[in-house]
Amino acid sequence: MNIITIRELKDKGIEPEILFWVGCAGSFDDRAKRITKSFASLLNKAGVSFAVLGKEESCTGDPAKRAGNEFLFQMQAVSNIEVLNQYNFKKIVTTCPHCFNTLKNEYPELGGKYDVIHHTELLATLISEQKIKIDNSEFNGKKITFHDPCYLGRANKVYEPPRKLIESLNADLKEMKSCKEKGLCCGAGGAQMFKESEKGNKEINIKRTEEALDTKSEIIAAGCPFCNTMLTDGIKNKEMEDKVHVYDIAELLDKST
Amino acid sequence: MISSILFSLILIFSILLFIRNCRKLYRNINLGKDINRSDNSNFRFKKMLRLAFGQSKMFDKPLVGILHFIVYVAFVLINIELLEIVMDGVLGTHRVLAPYLGSFYNFLIAFFELLAFAVIISVVIFWTRRNFLKIKRFISNDLKGWPKNDANYILYIEVVLMFLFLNMNATDQVLQNANYSYYGDYGSFPISSFLFPLYDNFEIASVVIIERASWWLHILGILFFLNYLYYSKHLHILLAFPNTYFSKIKSGGGFDNLDSVYKEVKAMLDPTGDPYSTNNTNQQVEKFGANDVFDLNWFQLLNAYTCTECGRCSSECPANQTGKLLSPRSIMMKTRDRLEEVGKNIDKNKVFKDDGKKLLNDYITKEELWACTTCNACVESCPIGIDPLSIIIDLRRYMVMEESSAPSEINNMMNNLENNGAPWPFNQQDRLNWINN
Repeated sequence: MNIITIRELKDKGIEPEILFWVGCAGSFDDRAKRITKSFASLLNKAGVSFAVLGKEESCTGDPAKRAGNEFLFQMQAVSNIEVLNQYNFKKIVTTCPHCFNTLKNEYPELGGKYDVIHHTELLATLISEQKIKIDNSEFNGKKITFHDPCYLGRANKVYEPPRKLIESLNADLKEMKSCKEKGLCCGAGGAQMFKESEKGNKEINIKRTEEALDTKSEIIAAGCPFCNTMLTDGIKNKEMEDKVHVYDIAELLDKST
Repeated sequence: MISSILFSLILIFSILLFIRNCRKLYRNINLGKDINRSDNSNFRFKKMLRLAFGQSKMFDKPLVGILHFIVYVAFVLINIELLEIVMDGVLGTHRVLAPYLGSFYNFLIAFFELLAFAVIISVVIFWTRRNFLKIKRFISNDLKGWPKNDANYILYIEVVLMFLFLNMNATDQVLQNANYSYYGDYGSFPISSFLFPLYDNFEIASVVIIERASWWLHILGILFFLNYLYYSKHLHILLAFPNTYFSKIKSGGGFDNLDSVYKEVKAMLDPTGDPYSTNNTNQQVEKFGANDVFDLNWFQLLNAYTCTECGRCSSECPANQTGKLLSPRSIMMKTRDRLEEVGKNIDKNKVFKDDGKKLLNDYITKEELWACTTCNACVESCPIGIDPLSIIIDLRRYMVMEESSAPSEINNMMNNLENNGAPWPFNQQDRLNWINN
């Protein structure tokens, strides 16, 4: 796969349109790496000029901030902003709604003002501009439900682009009982991903998985690597992994183009 | 004459008491830290009109939304009649506005009666929902005791006030029909006419007593209610307006960046800075995060008084839905309880005297705080812009930055982040490995 860093481009005197912020999950988590690859492959197919930060990228600080460690968050933010401000690009795109939200909403006050979009927004634009063409969708008529990531949906009001993408696959989009503004969290946010949950009568990801299964969909589409993990675990817990699969929207699109 | 004096004294007393409570409220809210919410006044004003005046978010639940709207409109409009009642009370007149308004007066009274009837119906439905329909947000543990009683008292007071209003009109018309004394031929009574048969066998003198009693109890009830507000969850009828006006307008996902931390971070990362600089020793080191109400900002404290404990936040909360201890509503209620306690302490001692208690741990436990996924559902669901999440985050900030009391897994995550720039123990040099495997 042809991936170039923004440093290499700068050395050649080239400025990319898009900086693809891969994120920690997208760089290190085996499942999320596949999402990163699918998205990069789509960008290549669409002929988008993009680059990554590579070894210069570091965590945005989101999990530290949500856990209450404002100090660590700002250390991360300030040093990331120093790196980012060395380069010129038009937009930052992320496959992780947590990176997306932090870069978009919390970096500007600290000196990092960028045009930040989520990968589903970019993909929806590429589809509408016909830069990505759906060949022969293997998801034709298939029931797909979409899980709204909290930091994409409720926090940033991005509800439609992921849904448009699912519709572009000619799939049968099924909404869960709680969706959009009322979407139920997968249970990973607020640094919960990294700790055991508190005592209760059910795990949040199980409850959300049940809502997804109630739609009788064959595929649960996600737009966040953490939601993806939580829902995949939920499906395993329900022993439904042979019948129901969790995919990122980028993966669905990559398979259909 | 005596009744005019008595009425005026009671009226003045009630208003003074109300002003005293308002001042206390204002003082307590100002115990919070300052936060600038004076920006975007146009946008804020429109938001207030939409959410508080228009109650737009209440209609997410259409039936409840309509019923609530009826009670709200009736509350505001019937208060126009209050103007006349107060004038009558002070001047010793009877329906003083009637001769001036003519047939419009009849229309107004008829309209108020219809509203009063609609309020009674709505309140009976509310009461049934709250007490018999086993709706989770009304029967959960955080409402046990006073909060549940408070909610019911408000409904009882509303029904009683509306009944007294209608009964006052009914008896008035009985007396009008009998051409008794000063009861002139005023008003049109579409609802209270149904109460006439009650008085068929009554002596006129008794009806006069009942009419006067209804009139007095109605206005005394309203003055009581005015002063009950401060002790009740019902303050939202007033505070919903400032609360929506001052509510957060930044996107829900963006948390505030602490300025105090920014100064430190800048100083640490400044290559020209002197790490041993002692310039700051005279300044008081700012506390990071909050462990008591003094560390929250005034908007968060206003939120605590504005919360009417409807529980929409808790019923949308993923932690609460899955049986965890966290309930965003109870975060607001506990913040108010602590603030009230601090307020009483100040009433008694002039300035706050350390009582050995804090909002964190003595009111809100760590188990609650660590159960939050920061999903923002509580903030989104509040019809009047209350932000329980910001309080949760401020308390977490204190636990992490001042107490270092985060769960060990969170500490591991933060150590990784600090050392490798990722929440897991992976090397930053391996960030491009995804390309090849």
